[in-house]
Amino acid sequence: MLKLSGLTVTYGSFAAIEDVTIDVAEGELVVLLGSNGAGKSSTFRAISGLEKPSAGGITFDGKNIAGQSPERIVKSGVVQCAEDRKLFPQMTVHENLIMGAYVHRKKKKEIRQALENVHALFPMLQEKKDHAAGSLSGGQQQMLAIGRALMSRPKLLLLDEPSIGLAPLIVEQMFEVIHQINQEGTTVLLAEQNANAALKIADRGYVFESGSIVVQGTSEELFTNDAVRKAYIGA
Amino acid sequence: MAALLRKRVFIIGLIGLAVLFPLIIQNEYFLHVLTLAFIWMIAVYGLNLLAGYTGYLSLAHAGFFAIGAYALGLLTVKAGMNYWIALVLACLITSGIGFLVGLVALRTREHFFAIYTLCVGYIIYLVIDKWDSLTGGVRGLIGIPAPANIGPVSFENPLSQYYFILAFLLLTILVMYRIVHSLTGRTFMAIRNSEELAQTLGISTMKNKLLVFVLSTFFAGLAGALYASFIRFIGPDIGYITIIFDLLTYLLVGGIGTLAGPVVGTFLVVWVSQSLQFLQDYRMLIFGPLLTLLIIFYPRGIVGAFYEWKMKRTGKKRRQARPDRRKPEPTYAATQTSSEKKVKEG
Repeated sequence: MLKLSGLTVTYGSFAAIEDVTIDVAEGELVVLLGSNGAGKSSTFRAISGLEKPSAGGITFDGKNIAGQSPERIVKSGVVQCAEDRKLFPQMTVHENLIMGAYVHRKKKKEIRQALENVHALFPMLQEKKDHAAGSLSGGQQQMLAIGRALMSRPKLLLLDEPSIGLAPLIVEQMFEVIHQINQEGTTVLLAEQNANAALKIADRGYVFESGSIVVQGTSEELFTNDAVRKAYIGA
Repeated sequence: MAALLRKRVFIIGLIGLAVLFPLIIQNEYFLHVLTLAFIWMIAVYGLNLLAGYTGYLSLAHAGFFAIGAYALGLLTVKAGMNYWIALVLACLITSGIGFLVGLVALRTREHFFAIYTLCVGYIIYLVIDKWDSLTGGVRGLIGIPAPANIGPVSFENPLSQYYFILAFLLLTILVMYRIVHSLTGRTFMAIRNSEELAQTLGISTMKNKLLVFVLSTFFAGLAGALYASFIRFIGPDIGYITIIFDLLTYLLVGGIGTLAGPVVGTFLVVWVSQSLQFLQDYRMLIFGPLLTLLIIFYPRGIVGAFYEWKMKRTGKKRRQARPDRRKPEPTYAATQTSSEKKVKEG
């Protein structure tokens, strides 16, 4: 479904990621592991069109999307849930969700359907629909950010560190929801530092280190890999 | 609901006051000042849409104001065109030039955008000032006709001019209200919030920025055209830098990014500066520090400060009404908040 082949992104003379090759099949939940600055976010930025790759290709559903405008990429079914749970803090929860369906703005019925799905997934968003997004707690904001991304009814959802800065209990719930989203048919590409929790729900994973992929394999393989255990699981 | 009703009554009351004002206070000078203030308000609304709601501070709007004024002046005086056609054309010409400027200007951001548009504004001023054969240069343009009659209604006397321009102001406010409360308006605010975030949601930021820039210049042009037919004489100094800083002062005092801001700010500053006229240019000694204090303590102007105060008050009332009613409910959201609260407290 999504194929990155030899992807390289550079900022000036500095290569943020180099020769990255990733393959995500339909219906999979794939995790990108790595510490800060390892290149996960740059990979996401290239996929969602915010950064033009300097080499390599990105194809989605067989079509080349490398270097296209973010707008076209969202329309074709790839949406990124922005990192740091960025919201529109002055808008209400409901307005934030509606903004997420921007690419479908003319299809009222689809928006209503998407809204129902998101509310079913996060009942809290319905209860707080008239609250300003900025007044929500950290976990709720993260849910709103994910809900807003789902409003565009993506085929592939990119999640950049959804667990960052959240309390352990919330993190657990967050991963449960992500698992559920995946089970309901959305392909998920997840960037995480919390390898333990991420590998539990993921099918496969890639490990980034200073801009390149160093290890890849199924979740079980990564879980038992000594180097990965030492670096990311801490046991 | 009650609040909504009160708001409606308040707005209707204000409109009623504006309509009745010239009948109650029969003072031509006041009428003149107020009509002029209405014209500035229309221009400030245009600026507010761009600078307040979208976050792009344009300093070229005095230039666009002048383009609107000169377009109307030239079309009626030199081309002898019908007033109403000229008025429409003046707005369209201004937004057309706005479109071309926007294509280039919107590739820059923040201070670079402000500096770039400042230069554009100054260039517009220079073109008007130096293009003697077309604009009449420093001598200006004399003999611009008042709005042509509609049937038996004539716009020759100050009173009808007042109502004429008030009608345009109300129309402008209505349009602004509709824009701000539509998805398009929220798209502008999304761009102000974070352009990158807007992009990841599939919003074409360039298209929307261009749209808001053109809309904003349209209103600047409309204000300029109305100014030309109200004062009946225009000179190049209506495009000068000082005008844009006047408009900006009105906007900042009233409240940038608020719907009521342009009316409140323009009215207040015009009124205060008229009543301090005896101080001549020393007025600025009072205005300067006041404006600085306002920006430091109330960055969203008088209207913004009012909303903040109101929000605090209702928040306080709500807390008093139900002291600690945080019982665990068997919903996902409730477990969410309470567990998180524990962590925060712990």
